[in-house]
Amino acid sequence: MSILHTVNKSPLDRTTLKSCLNLAVKGASVLLIEDGVYGAVSGAESTQMVQDAMGDVAVYVLGPDLKARGVDESRLIDGVKVVDYDGFVDLTTDNDTVSAWV
Amino acid sequence: MSNVKKFMYINNKAPYGTIYAWESLEVVLIGAAFDQDVSLMFTGDGVYQLMKGQDTKEVGIKNFSPTYAALGDYDINKIYVEKESLDARGLTVDDLMHLVWEDEDEDWAEKDSIRVVTSAELAEILDQQDVVLSF
Repeated sequence: MSILHTVNKSPLDRTTLKSCLNLAVKGASVLLIEDGVYGAVSGAESTQMVQDAMGDVAVYVLGPDLKARGVDESRLIDGVKVVDYDGFVDLTTDNDTVSAWV
Repeated sequence: MSNVKKFMYINNKAPYGTIYAWESLEVVLIGAAFDQDVSLMFTGDGVYQLMKGQDTKEVGIKNFSPTYAALGDYDINKIYVEKESLDARGLTVDDLMHLVWEDEDEDWAEKDSIRVVTSAELAEILDQQDVVLSF
């Protein structure tokens, strides 16, 4: 079984990302969307938490939501993969289950 | 006796994820017509509202960030950004839009509207307000 977690809340405003990462098992994927994309940046208070999770979990971020917020891809944590809407669909179909954290 | 009151608009949320940021901007612009002493503060995720380079084409939402540049034309030139909130997000003032206003008393000299202040300074500024509206 593989799970795709989507997170759409900012990690410094809400504990959603933290809760998600606590429950994401090895091999799971986490896709950051909407305000969740702020969790993909380096140099923030949330960065270490995400980096620690990336040993076991693949972290993706939705490119269009990054652009909307003026977050340049050069700010991202190393290893975070940027996907477009087609990539979002692929992640959804490649995994058995989607857990949408809202 | 002056009827001018000190208005502070608190902006504490990221743009686009919720409607608060845009609604705040709308209220600020409407309020600007009433010749009050207006200040804006950006705290927490609210600092993200001022990020430069916002491009919403692919998400199908109106990019309202250029509107902040118009605030100076409405004599809104006290835009306080909390330093601690920038630091927590790995941001500096250079990551924000360059917002300016023209000082009528100094031959329309262009001046910066954004002032990065500490929490302690912001607390004092907030304490001096007559009306506080939070978004």
